Amino acid sequence: MSPAEQAEVTRSARNGWLLSTPALVVLTLAAIGPLAIVVAYSFMPPGEYGNVAWGFSLEAWQGILFTKDIFDGTLAWADANLTIFWRSVKLSVLTTVFAFLVGFPTAWFIATRPPNARALWLFLITIPFWTNLLIRTFAITEIIRKEGLLNTVLLKLQIISQPFEMIYTDTAVFIGMTYVYLPLMVLPLFASLDRFDMRLLEAAYDLYANPWQVLRRVIMPIVRPGIIAGSILVFVPSLGAYVTPRLLGGGKNMMIGNFIELQFGQGRNWPLGAALSVTLLIIVTGALLVYVRYANRETRHGH
Amino acid sequence: MATRGFVISRLPGFNPIATLVFAALYLPIIILVIYSFNAGRSVSGWEGFSLKWYAIAWENDAVKAATIRSLYLAASAAVISTFLATLAALGTTRRRAFGGQTFIYVMINQPLMVPEVVSAVALLIFFAMIKQATGYAGMGYLIAAHSAFCIPFAYLPIRARLEGMDMTLETAAADLYASPLQAFRFVTLPLLLPGIIAGMMLAFVTSLDDVVITVFVKSAGQDTLPTYMLGQIRRQVTAEINAISTVLLGLTVLLLTLFFLLTRKKN
Repeated sequence: MSPAEQAEVTRSARNGWLLSTPALVVLTLAAIGPLAIVVAYSFMPPGEYGNVAWGFSLEAWQGILFTKDIFDGTLAWADANLTIFWRSVKLSVLTTVFAFLVGFPTAWFIATRPPNARALWLFLITIPFWTNLLIRTFAITEIIRKEGLLNTVLLKLQIISQPFEMIYTDTAVFIGMTYVYLPLMVLPLFASLDRFDMRLLEAAYDLYANPWQVLRRVIMPIVRPGIIAGSILVFVPSLGAYVTPRLLGGGKNMMIGNFIELQFGQGRNWPLGAALSVTLLIIVTGALLVYVRYANRETRHGH
Repeated sequence: MATRGFVISRLPGFNPIATLVFAALYLPIIILVIYSFNAGRSVSGWEGFSLKWYAIAWENDAVKAATIRSLYLAASAAVISTFLATLAALGTTRRRAFGGQTFIYVMINQPLMVPEVVSAVALLIFFAMIKQATGYAGMGYLIAAHSAFCIPFAYLPIRARLEGMDMTLETAAADLYASPLQAFRFVTLPLLLPGIIAGMMLAFVTSLDDVVITVFVKSAGQDTLPTYMLGQIRRQVTAEINAISTVLLGLTVLLLTLFFLLTRKKN
């Protein structure tokens, strides 16, 4: 490389950084920097009226899993917390699995439409994706709450004699999360199916594969990156869900997101809230790293 | 070519499931919209067509204030984040890969990766510190937070547009003695404009829809439309919420349709 070219490369890199700097400054101040403060807060003792007191303490981290007896100071499992973690993980996994089970046929359906119609079907999936999550959760609330549409219709048709209680249960949260996060599963699945060469199917059929074998041996390996991406995109927001469990789960069926908020509100235990946030962040980062590793391996094998 | 149809229909049960999914996605929203025109209180029964809930929402001062606040916030955040995202997109595309580029990508997309409730808690803590130190409790916090998390949404369409653009045009401009600034102003910018508008629309919709970060960051009396609705839904549900939702839905669908048309044209 000649000195002139070298200088040009340096200049280009410097301009790249200069142009990106304003965005990076705002992101550092109002998105990334504050995360560091959360980590610091998780190692401090709680203040009397919320916030924190200065000092170092591991109490918050201990408080995630254990409660300390007020009288003799012995540690016991914090059952209430464990219940919330278990519910969060269980509902997020269920949501992800179910979203895949119904999302895959949907993505397949869109990918097999003629090109003109395909854009329209895709647009129909995109609208709910961009529609206010609160409104969509509220729409579900309107249907399944005690005086909601479902009960009204079933009562009128005399299928049931008493309204049944579905809202404020885990099932309601599961239904709601599947409803609001489904587009996040369909979109990446579609993206991977869109590139799928349908002639491979004909080849498989010509070689006497049955539909199940085709699905497992021909389609699945090719759409695996889409499956992983979709699963991450559904699992991550499910695990950190706040609005949906708040509206459909009520006060009793909290998930981690609501539990974190509680610490900053009535709970007045900011360090515990901070420690819970960091835990959630670690789990999500882990999931993303798994994704990056898998996605890279797929492309390396592909070429 | 008879084999085409046969191949596609060979995955049994897929089309009925897809049909059900589309129905399930839209039915709740459609019901919500229909019942915003109900003369009765809620979805318990249809009592005739009426625009009364729209009138009630229109007369409601809290709704009016929240609407103005939401629009002001979304417009500010969209303009700021799009400006920053445009610069960043120009900095990270169409040049030889440079050291730290991956770092810039990760930084820009960070708001998409961190659970919203965690970002919200982080901002709550950070802004509480600033509030205590300076005493300032205005809209600045919300605008800063929204501008930051809207950056990746504005960045993606702008970057996509830039990557699809023909670089030879700028080279031609340079050959014709245009200064870099002139080349940008008269060649790059006009070509990039659809991407910028698309990015701004996505940022606007993203800000307008935000609930979690706004709930944590807002000071007293800074309700936006979504946080106002969240509070109302918790108390008592009237069809007024349906009416507000319908208006917001209409606005979102309108912006998305424009976005759809804008980004489709280039193909």
